[in-house]
Amino acid sequence: MDLENNTMEAIEKIGNTPDKLIEVLIQCQSLNQQNYITEEQLNLISKGLNIPLSKAYGVASFYSMLSTSKKGKYVIQVCNSGPCYVNNSKTIAKAFQDALGISLGEVTADGLFSLEYTSCFGGCQIAPAVKINDMVYGNLTEEKVWQLVDSLRKEAV
Amino acid sequence: MDKISIIIDGKKVSVPPDTTILEAARKTQINIPTLCYHPDQNVKGNCRVCIVEIAGANGFAAACCTTVKEGMEIKTNTIRIREARQMVLNLILANHNSQCLSCKRNGNCELQTLSQELNIEEEFLDKVVDLLPIDQSNFSIVRDQTKCIKCGRCIEVCNDVQGVGAIYNVNRSCDMKIAPAYEKGLSEVPCVYCGQCINVCPVGAIYEKEDTKEVWRALEDPNKHVVVQIAPAVRVVLGEEFGMETGSIVTGKIVSFLKRIGFDKVFDTNFTADLTIIEEGNELLHRIKSGGKLPMLTSCSPGWIRYIEFFYPELLQHLSTCKSPQQMFGALVKSYYAEKMGLKPEDIVVVSIMPCTAKKTEAKREEMHLNDYYDVDIVITTRELAKMVRESRIQLRELEEEDFDVPLGLSTGAAAVFGATGGVMEAALRTVYEVVTGDELDKIDFKNLRGIAGFKEATIPVGDLDVNVAVANGLKNAKILLDLIKEGKANYHFIEIMCCPGGCIGGGGQPIPATNSIKEKRIEAIYQVDLQSELRKSHQNPAIKELYEEFLIEPLGEKSHKLLHTHYIDRSKNNKDKRD
Amino acid sequence: MKSFVSKLCGKIMPLSLKEYREHGGFLGLEKALFYMSPQEVIDEIKESRLRGRGGASFPTGVKWQLVAAEGDEEKYVVCNADEGEPGTFKDKALLEGCPFQVIEGLMISAYAVGAYKGYIYIRGEYPNSIDLFKKAINILKKEGYLGENILGQNFSFDIEVRSGAGAYVCGEETALIESIEGNSGSSRFKPPYPPNCGLWGKPTLVNNVETLANIPLIISQGAEEFLKLGTKGSKGTKLISVSGNVVNKGVFEVEFGISLREIIYDICGGLEGNKKLKFIQVGGSSGACLPELLLDLELDFDEFKKHNIGIGSGAILVVDDSCCILDFMRVTTEFFKHESCGKCTTCREGNRHIIKAIDRMIYGSGTERDMQIIKDIATIMRDSSLCGLGQAAPIPVLSLLKHFKDEFQEHINGYCSTGVCNFKGEGKSHG
Repeated sequence: MDLENNTMEAIEKIGNTPDKLIEVLIQCQSLNQQNYITEEQLNLISKGLNIPLSKAYGVASFYSMLSTSKKGKYVIQVCNSGPCYVNNSKTIAKAFQDALGISLGEVTADGLFSLEYTSCFGGCQIAPAVKINDMVYGNLTEEKVWQLVDSLRKEAV
Repeated sequence: MDKISIIIDGKKVSVPPDTTILEAARKTQINIPTLCYHPDQNVKGNCRVCIVEIAGANGFAAACCTTVKEGMEIKTNTIRIREARQMVLNLILANHNSQCLSCKRNGNCELQTLSQELNIEEEFLDKVVDLLPIDQSNFSIVRDQTKCIKCGRCIEVCNDVQGVGAIYNVNRSCDMKIAPAYEKGLSEVPCVYCGQCINVCPVGAIYEKEDTKEVWRALEDPNKHVVVQIAPAVRVVLGEEFGMETGSIVTGKIVSFLKRIGFDKVFDTNFTADLTIIEEGNELLHRIKSGGKLPMLTSCSPGWIRYIEFFYPELLQHLSTCKSPQQMFGALVKSYYAEKMGLKPEDIVVVSIMPCTAKKTEAKREEMHLNDYYDVDIVITTRELAKMVRESRIQLRELEEEDFDVPLGLSTGAAAVFGATGGVMEAALRTVYEVVTGDELDKIDFKNLRGIAGFKEATIPVGDLDVNVAVANGLKNAKILLDLIKEGKANYHFIEIMCCPGGCIGGGGQPIPATNSIKEKRIEAIYQVDLQSELRKSHQNPAIKELYEEFLIEPLGEKSHKLLHTHYIDRSKNNKDKRD
Repeated sequence: MKSFVSKLCGKIMPLSLKEYREHGGFLGLEKALFYMSPQEVIDEIKESRLRGRGGASFPTGVKWQLVAAEGDEEKYVVCNADEGEPGTFKDKALLEGCPFQVIEGLMISAYAVGAYKGYIYIRGEYPNSIDLFKKAINILKKEGYLGENILGQNFSFDIEVRSGAGAYVCGEETALIESIEGNSGSSRFKPPYPPNCGLWGKPTLVNNVETLANIPLIISQGAEEFLKLGTKGSKGTKLISVSGNVVNKGVFEVEFGISLREIIYDICGGLEGNKKLKFIQVGGSSGACLPELLLDLELDFDEFKKHNIGIGSGAILVVDDSCCILDFMRVTTEFFKHESCGKCTTCREGNRHIIKAIDRMIYGSGTERDMQIIKDIATIMRDSSLCGLGQAAPIPVLSLLKHFKDEFQEHINGYCSTGVCNFKGEGKSHG
């Protein structure tokens, strides 16, 4: 119910014209611990902004920062664009998979982490870099990856 | 404005500014190939099949969305351009399930034709077709995404023409597909089953759920009495499937064919169209006299009914309670006709031949399910009728014309015009005027209510009352009227709404293509049928008079109420279809 | 190195209006509003020969003139801060270093073309920038720099910050416009161009962050000062983002005319571990890959054009000789496969077929035919795609094919000289 109220509040605050759809989707996703937009939320947004649900879903599925399926509390995004690639981002992706015990595109069983590739987010200066929710971590090595996962696990407890 | 001079394939041409290369070329008999382009839709520019060379430009230009500029030198038919088009088409084919032989659109597929025209000799790229399930969740429409070429025509018709928005682009890049929200089945979203998406699909990605097998089976069942009805908009369109000129009237040949394949009785939906006019006309007069809900909205188009049930349930009271002619027909066959013939209703199979995919779902509505049987058992579209003709190997063109059986095959010209937008209104006015005033109506052609325009209105003096009427076709136009009603600004007594642009002649079950220019010819044919009719006012139909005398007693009476009228459902909360 | 457009970055507190003003901030706007007509502002920008810094290098003043010439009452100005080109992070330096400067540029552009409403579209991956701009706009509203009758003049202007949500294609101006309208970021075909028909069908001026950041300086100091910087055909400075196997990665402001070699070896300290340079990719993932022999090329729009390449966003990715060309090509193509909007056939379908052919080659089953497929598809994408994304995606592919043909042949022969592709069955590195 909280999610419903918060969603309505977000629509009211941002505005209910169709052009605000993306802003509303971003905000509504952030309301959710699992970093995704629930079907119930999307229905509210579709009604609130007076656009078909199919379009709201279509737009949500178009943008890679938006998700309509559950993700982890920490969404780990490993950059796989050119600059990070030449600084060994594949090794980093592998290290995350090993440290978390999941493959790219998956969520850990405890719902804490999801792991995915992402396009460049401008962390090239500190490549290889990853983005975890709003934070960017760079100059990563395999060892640092394990430390990072450890500290996030502790932070979550 | 000054004309612009350009050179296409060495030929000098002068065209008005803002002309596209495609239009300019077609004016000079240069036929640039297209795929996503549709004459009645917005230019999309996404398939890239219509690329041409422009002197001095780096890459190619898409002819459909590039406007001409003074002095432009265009080449449409060089080796380079032909090979490029073949490459583009190969990219499309690599992501297309090319099992043409068993495809619904085999022989009438724009991609198939194009492959032939562009001389595709080999599909040399890896097949990358995703094995996605076929959506068969409902009684009307099937979606097979393995055939989809992502042209976006269906999205435009669903969102911009019908204002329904059941489908949209999902995902992006090569994962992009066209689907309902959460990629659900159409039965789980507010789809009205109008089938307009089918009519614009260039390939076999969307099609009607086929029910011809059920018809064949019923015909060979010795224990069944099989009765068929044909909607007004089928008889002026079927000929197109057999190479006849658009607008050919083939009523008698259809009757003859249906008798040949073994229907026990061949009747006419026009009969119950006349009946609808009597019931609906009286309902309107009753509402006007007794201060009932006005404006009254017509209820014969099932796609439209689903639309108002989904999107404007608060206005359901405005709908006429009359069942559609299809359903009235079924209800009468299983009561009046059964009694007359001494048959048990459960031994009768009622088959409808309709221009419409939504009719398939309408027949399965719970309200149309009296006792243990449905009013109508099987609904097939005009396209399915054409398939049955081909399957039977009977040559339609060569058939002698035959007449409908009596009594449910008798009808007037007023019923015939139900097939075009404005027709129900015109038919109703012909009767209401005479019933109210007792005078004969001289000018029975309401020409200002005719034609393909999305919205029409008129004021007709009927006795002391000026009756204000409006006619809309296409659901986006209906929406405008519904919003007016909601705001209390719709100063009309009676509004006719047809779900499909142009009315039933443009229905989702009609032969493809169905462009506006084709629809206009179909409409002309509809009014020809009217003109050729001996009787042109519903209340003059002798079989209808007999029906009231023998069975119904009076319009809006007890039997009518039970058999011919219905109620509606608020579907705004729960999108799901109720299925048995 | 030069310090012009980025001179305040890191020098002042980004949200201190006082500091910005003390360092000459809003002098440009004041000069424009108090002493110049809109046409005079446009003339000054034309005079400066400033060219767009987003990638297409279109003359800025000419673009402004197009919008100004439209009779419409309703016009929009948009700041394109959807910096998504891989290896590009120079706009971020301006966005987070001196937001007021970018906003001032946007305001001057609005005054010049007659717009009352502006949008700043910032990529969703830059949450800090979005936050800063929202705050900066609030400050300016409070101080009377935004709103009705700004600085007491007959000029009213309002700005809204819009966030992207992860779509590289939205850096393309028509896709960006679609996104502001609340739609999926699918490109529109052009013409009509945004200056004639853009946001909600109205004349719309879309400028890159760096372009706009130059505006206040050009107006306040005059075009003449600006013309002193750069080369004959390319005036001013350029922010470049250097990344890859180089000692000093980062954003640097340089004057046009500097050679690529100077940038890499003098400014950035050369390659890490003194490795040998294999190639550089200029302009981000959609840029051409240039071998060592082109390093003496000067940074100059016209010089680059002679070689049929573009400066693009000014990103330079330095790649050493441990890189396998095919593996790298797969990475860039994978990027475009992820980022295509899916609207037009060639861009939607093309990338995955290139990847399939590359895969056959890096896993040891490639043939001459695969090389041909890569080339043919890259060519059709370049020539027939609807928007700049699809047209540019094959540029790295085609340039690698051109400059490193031997390495493709090598793979067809079952051999990878970098040792990245292991044909003996342990090719894990392609994961």
